[in-house]
Amino acid sequence: MEFIDYYKVLELNNTATEAEIKKAYRKLARKYHPDLNPNDANAKKKFQQINEANEVLSDPEKRKKYDQYGKDWKHADEFNNYQRSQSNKQQSERSSQQWGGGDFSGEDFSDFFGSMFGGQGNGRRSQTKFRGQDFNAELQLSLSDVFTTHKQTLTVNGKSIRITIPAGVENGQVIKIAGHGGEGVNGGPNGDLYITFSIVNNTKFKREGSNLFSEVELDLYTAVLGGDITIDTFDGKVKLPVKAETQNGMKVKLKGKGFPVYKREGEFGDLYVTFKINTPINLSEKEKELFKELSKIRNNGN
Amino acid sequence: MEIENFIPAKYFCEVYKVDASFVDSLKEYGLITIVVYEEIEYIEKEKLNELEKMIRLHYDLNINMEGIEAVSHLLNKIDTLQQEINALKSRL
Repeated sequence: MEFIDYYKVLELNNTATEAEIKKAYRKLARKYHPDLNPNDANAKKKFQQINEANEVLSDPEKRKKYDQYGKDWKHADEFNNYQRSQSNKQQSERSSQQWGGGDFSGEDFSDFFGSMFGGQGNGRRSQTKFRGQDFNAELQLSLSDVFTTHKQTLTVNGKSIRITIPAGVENGQVIKIAGHGGEGVNGGPNGDLYITFSIVNNTKFKREGSNLFSEVELDLYTAVLGGDITIDTFDGKVKLPVKAETQNGMKVKLKGKGFPVYKREGEFGDLYVTFKINTPINLSEKEKELFKELSKIRNNGN
Repeated sequence: MEIENFIPAKYFCEVYKVDASFVDSLKEYGLITIVVYEEIEYIEKEKLNELEKMIRLHYDLNINMEGIEAVSHLLNKIDTLQQEINALKSRL
C-alpha cells in the first residue's frame, strides 16, 4: 500500500485554505465527474482519487491526522489514542462534498484511506434516500445466438438472474433490468441493472439492423445463361433463380430472409445477396478455341 | 395516467432534500416534465436517474441551470454519437 499525496491529487500545496481546497475539488470534479464522462473508466478512477483527497482535506480532523501521520500511516493508531484523550473536543462541522449515494460510496476509497480513517467517508446528504447504484454488465453473444429469442441465466454480484434475450438484439444495445442494481441508500429504491450486448459475428453474413448481406460466387455460365442455384440463408438454404446476363456485383433482395426485427415477433428483415462471378481457369484447348470463336462474334467481349 | 409510474414532486423534494425551486427551475429550463394530475404535480419515476444526475451537477459541482442545460444537451449528443459508432462498428 502506497502513500497517496492528497495535496498533489488536488493540485494544491499543503498550506491551502479550506476555500482553496473546495475550489480545487470542484474544478477537478467538473472535469472528471463520471456524470460528465460516461463510460470512461479513467475519468472514474481519477474522480475517485479526487473525491478521496477532498474527503480528507476538507475535514479539519482528517486533514490534521493526514498532515501529521500521512507519510507514516502505520502509526495512525497512536494518533487514535491521542484523539480519544481529546474526547471533549467539539466535532467540527463538515463541508465535504462526498456523495450521499450514487456511484461512489466509501467502498471506492483506497486501502491507504481505509488504514488511516477506517474506510467510510461521511455524506453531505447522508440521510437522504438515494436509489442504489446502477450496475453495468456486458454480455457477449454470437450473432447466431441472437437469431432466436432465448433465456439465459446471469450471475451479477453473486445473484443469479434469468433474463430473456429477445431475438434481433443489436450489438451495443443496452437493456435495463429494473431493481437488479445495488441496494438503495437509507431505504431508497434499488438501482437498475444495465446489460450491454456485445455481439460477435461468427457468420459470413454482414448485419445492418435487421438486414443481412452476403456474397455468393457464381460461375460464368450460370451468370451468362441464367439458372437455379442454392444459397445459404441465416437459418437454412434456399433455391435462387439467377437471371441470364447477371453482372458481377449485381445484388438481389430476398425479402424476409434477413434477421429478426427486435421485439416484433415473426417479422424479419431482408437478405441482400451480391453476386461475385468467377471466370474459369485452367482452360482446355477446346475451351480456348470456343472462347476465341466467341470473341470474334463480339469485339472486346462487351 | 398510471399513478404508480409517478411520484409527487413535493415528496421528491422532501426525500432528496432539494428546494422546490430547484424542481421549478428544471421545469422552466425544459429539463424535466412535470405532470399535473388532480392539481398535484408529479415527476415520472423513469426520470429519477436523470434527476439525480442533475442534483449532483447542481449541488455537488455547483453547476447552474444554464450549465446543466448545456451538459444535458452534450451528453445526449455523446449518447447519439456512441450509438452511431456502435452501428458503424457492427457494419465493419
